[in-house]
Amino acid sequence: MATLEIKDLHVSVATDDGAKEILKGVDLTVKAGETHAIMGPNGSGKSTLSYAVAGHPKYEVTSGSVTLDGENVLEMSVDERARAGLFLAMQYPVEVPGVSMSNFLRTAATAVRGEAPKLRTWVKEVKAAMSELEIDPAFAERSVNEGFSGGEKKRHEILQLALLSPKIAILDETDSGLDVDALRVVSDGVNRFKASGETGVLLITHYTRILRHITPDFVHVFAGGRIVESGGSELANVLEAEGYVKYTGAQEAAGV
Amino acid sequence: MTAAVDKPHSHGAVVPESSRAEWFTSFDVNAFEVPSGREEIWRFTPMKRLAGLHTGVEATGSATVEVDAPAEVTVETVERGDARLGAAGTPADRVAAQAYSSFTAATVLTVAKETQASAPVLVTVTGPGAGQVAYGHLQVRAERFAEAVVVLDHRGSGVYADNVEFVLADGAKLTVVSIQDWADDAVHVSAQHASIGRDALLRHTVVTLGGDLVRVSPTAAFADKGGEVELNGLYFADAGQHFEHRTFVDHSQANCTSNVVYKGALQGNDAHTVWIGDVLIRAAAEGTQTYELNRNLLLTDGARADSVPNLEIETGEIAGAGHASATGRFDDEQLFYLQARGIPEDQARRLVVRGFFHELLMKIQVPEVRERLEAAIEAELEAVGV
Repeated sequence: MATLEIKDLHVSVATDDGAKEILKGVDLTVKAGETHAIMGPNGSGKSTLSYAVAGHPKYEVTSGSVTLDGENVLEMSVDERARAGLFLAMQYPVEVPGVSMSNFLRTAATAVRGEAPKLRTWVKEVKAAMSELEIDPAFAERSVNEGFSGGEKKRHEILQLALLSPKIAILDETDSGLDVDALRVVSDGVNRFKASGETGVLLITHYTRILRHITPDFVHVFAGGRIVESGGSELANVLEAEGYVKYTGAQEAAGV
Repeated sequence: MTAAVDKPHSHGAVVPESSRAEWFTSFDVNAFEVPSGREEIWRFTPMKRLAGLHTGVEATGSATVEVDAPAEVTVETVERGDARLGAAGTPADRVAAQAYSSFTAATVLTVAKETQASAPVLVTVTGPGAGQVAYGHLQVRAERFAEAVVVLDHRGSGVYADNVEFVLADGAKLTVVSIQDWADDAVHVSAQHASIGRDALLRHTVVTLGGDLVRVSPTAAFADKGGEVELNGLYFADAGQHFEHRTFVDHSQANCTSNVVYKGALQGNDAHTVWIGDVLIRAAAEGTQTYELNRNLLLTDGARADSVPNLEIETGEIAGAGHASATGRFDDEQLFYLQARGIPEDQARRLVVRGFFHELLMKIQVPEVRERLEAAIEAELEAVGV
């Protein structure tokens, strides 16, 4: 059973005025079969947590630990983390001109699975996954994310999630910028990924609306670079009603 | 002020020409002054490495020109007095004029009217050898409604300057790929002139991969209305190499279209590339549509890419005109994204570079040439350990 364990994580980012600490001691354990929602106001460090776990070079871990099934994630390169079973669905997926989606997906699947998928079954697998996410097959020949709308990019993030089947998936504001239909399609995709019960999900969001589609087992409130309160899914309802004012001292709605 | 001291016979201070329309051209080398390197058109070129091409060095050898052409294409070797030569354009710098004044025999390829060449014409130009100097001349004639693909393959050692002409009659379609894959010592200065007839189409691609100093200046001029030209370029410069490309599209006729896309990658200390993209839309060229783009990818520190688009417009009655230029390092966000999907860093870098050139490679319609270039790019990446 997969377990992602984050202990007392401190992370800094370089700025013009020197290093600035963003994460100030995060403790969180995500186990297979669990869905955790991290909710918090803008600027609280939610996205930094996801990038730091994925290994983005911009973020420096100054202390603490991150392990996946006991293995030290912080010693791994970005691609090693992905191959070990971590997946980050990004808030702003990157465009890679001249690299076709199909080439990218196959290269990634080959790397993560350790061998090239058999061509015949692979084509079927991709087609099926695209159809479940209501993605036009023509996207396979387009450059990675280039000229995609916000919703198309997010669907493709979930497509990668489906094809790479990681142990733990971190979804960074996957709901942002989605209309009602796209939100349903994307949420259904995440629920299919969860259905095996052998994978863990860490869902980072500002708003509660995606939690009506993907039910969390745990809700954590993130403020000032760490988790300030944890509870069950009922905590999301409290946040929806009261916003983050209690944690930030400023009025900021958590509702739709 | 020192310019006057260094050049006592100068006809005046060196000032950049205000307009491409006023550029001096001549077939006679003596009509040009010996350039000092400060002139606008020479200021990026390391003159010392030109091996005297700009100061009148005489030929000491000759390049070997081999032509592999299908039966529909006539291949001739002609004397320098042949009346057809010079039809596509006039040298606009001293080295091109030197080449025009110095070649002894020219190769002329003719695709007869309403004929489609059944296979690409392959012209292999092998340099005169290390330490030797040669001049050359090639003319490709596509008569009315003729269609052909011509691949110019430059290889070997030595110093070589030439003029290459493309004469497209009305309705002709000519695709040209000029590959400069020279040995490390080679110096090549090539002026390539195209004259494009009514409703004719030229697709011209320059590929520069090897040589110490390579300077290619493709010029396209429209002889009548409705012509279309694509000037594409792909270059990959390694440590110490100087690759310079100067494109000029002269829009003097109405309703013509031009599109210029040059992309380069650089790696290693003192790898230097230059792209100058001149487009002139003269007053008569109403309905012109033109765009030019240059992108450079710096793979390592110590490399330098200069990029200068120049767009002159003398009429407001055009369909569209634009340019773009950008030079950058590897995009770390792209690498992070690919790696975050499990793709190892070296493989991710290759994907990004291949993607960068993809658009241009897809425009090369000769599969063997495209495959060779893909392999060459792989080899370049291999060499630097990317």
